[in-house]
Amino acid sequence: MKILVCISHVPDTTSKINFTNGDSEFDTNGVQFVINPNDEFGLTRAIWFQEQQGANVTVVNVGGAETEPTLRKALAIGANEAIRINANPTDGYFVAKQLAEVVRNGNYDLIIAGKESLDYNGGMVPGMMAGILGYNFLNSCTELTVDGNNVKAAREIDGGKEIVSTTLPLIIGGQKGLVEEKDLRIPNMRGIMTARTKVLTVLEPITANATTNAIKFEKPAPKSAVKLINSDNLDELINLLHNEAKVI
Amino acid sequence: MSILIYAESAEGKFKKVAFELAAYAKNVATSLGTTVTAVTVNVSDISELSKYGVDKVLKISNDNLTKFTAKAYADAIKQASEKESAKLVLLSSTTDSLYLAPLVAVGLDAGFASNVVGLPVSISPFQVKRNAFSNKAFNITEMNSNVKVLSLSKNSFGIVENQSTLTEEVFNPTIGNDFGVKVESVEKSTGKVTIADADIVVSAGRGMKGPENWGLIEDLANTLGAATACSKPVSDLGWRPHGEHVGQTGKPVATNLYIAIGISGAIQHIAGINSSKVKVVINSDPEAPFFKVADYGIVGDAFDIVPRLNQKLKEFKAHNS
Repeated sequence: MKILVCISHVPDTTSKINFTNGDSEFDTNGVQFVINPNDEFGLTRAIWFQEQQGANVTVVNVGGAETEPTLRKALAIGANEAIRINANPTDGYFVAKQLAEVVRNGNYDLIIAGKESLDYNGGMVPGMMAGILGYNFLNSCTELTVDGNNVKAAREIDGGKEIVSTTLPLIIGGQKGLVEEKDLRIPNMRGIMTARTKVLTVLEPITANATTNAIKFEKPAPKSAVKLINSDNLDELINLLHNEAKVI
Repeated sequence: MSILIYAESAEGKFKKVAFELAAYAKNVATSLGTTVTAVTVNVSDISELSKYGVDKVLKISNDNLTKFTAKAYADAIKQASEKESAKLVLLSSTTDSLYLAPLVAVGLDAGFASNVVGLPVSISPFQVKRNAFSNKAFNITEMNSNVKVLSLSKNSFGIVENQSTLTEEVFNPTIGNDFGVKVESVEKSTGKVTIADADIVVSAGRGMKGPENWGLIEDLANTLGAATACSKPVSDLGWRPHGEHVGQTGKPVATNLYIAIGISGAIQHIAGINSSKVKVVINSDPEAPFFKVADYGIVGDAFDIVPRLNQKLKEFKAHNS
């Protein structure tokens, strides 16, 4: 089984979010970048398939040279090889077009992406890839087993889960549940050393037009300070929730 | 060239998000000088949509659509949109709608903007405001494609009534019966308010000291008609089911009122709940980071406060309903 894991290079959750160039660009100054958490759950599941079922795992990212440390980290965790598409990931459609091209040329059986990234939270890329390629697609995937060509999986739904069956080739939008947080791996020294010599191929992008354009960013208005209510005066809280906030 | 919305339903009844989407569409349609068409799937009585400004309903009844499959639903919405020559296709942000939205967008060769909050910033050029960076910022997105697909963040516009006269048309899209992904079974807790549907969420953390104390949380939630949720450590410890975990790697919450009890407010937790309108925190530690993002706070012991609050809310409800 050939697995392609799509990796987003995103600011760590604890990063300060600031913008530059007239609020038109994300300010990467002093920001720590990580593998997008939803992608990391998928990557870890892919490594499980590699160890248990002999799968070959390629990781791919659309981004500039500055994203290579994130791909190297995925290699250190255990991916066999990496691909970087040398382009600025302008919007979800552009990225999906680039990744679909990699899928077509590489004959991957299983394509794992996170259901959304931590930066733009678009949640578009796996679904758009499926639309472009006409592959089977499961979003919000929380369990995944593969037996030959047959797949059993679970999808998170509002208030529960759905058990589905499908076949390869398959694209999933993954999330927590594919593996649990405790299963995530921190690269060890041996992994880091081997990652240095693994193949990282840089490809130039294909022509594709972005369909949306992020022109500007804004930060939410600063919040007013919390209103503290004395624990002996719970009527006051009810009064505020009813008359001021109007939520009960 | 009307605006097309997919009015989502479950077991033949519209979800609340369908009404919010209809109200939103009506507002945008008015500024564009056009009308709102809703496509519905296996809903027999669609009259409720007229309360929120829908002008026309394309009514689909199809046994192959009894269970949700993204491919089939996306196909049906695409065909409805082509029939109406819709330039704008609006979807909700439920798990199902977010699943099918990119398929609809690719099928229609449309630009797609998700997490849209509020009305378009500008109609020409078409610009929308979207949540980004886990609710820590907004992104203004310009869309130039001929057809545009938007998914509206829950609770970002509100359910606004706007009576209209509604026409109804039976619509039979061409739907196959092999959708690639087959639903084998659905496991769903019944009779409980889900986090996705709830107007109020009562959420608790490690401050509750153990799963045996969750009765207090459930009682409060019952009084308020709220869903229960929990922080990540609580679900990791197995005190509560994973489905209740809210936060960055858990479920997102965008509700009217979020009550956090014994939750310190780790940044990953806040990222997942921050688009809730009003946040209340009850915590014994006045330095807990949650106080920085909350609207109302009580410093004190949850085991003392929650039962008293529950009692007072019961009295309040008795007088106000």
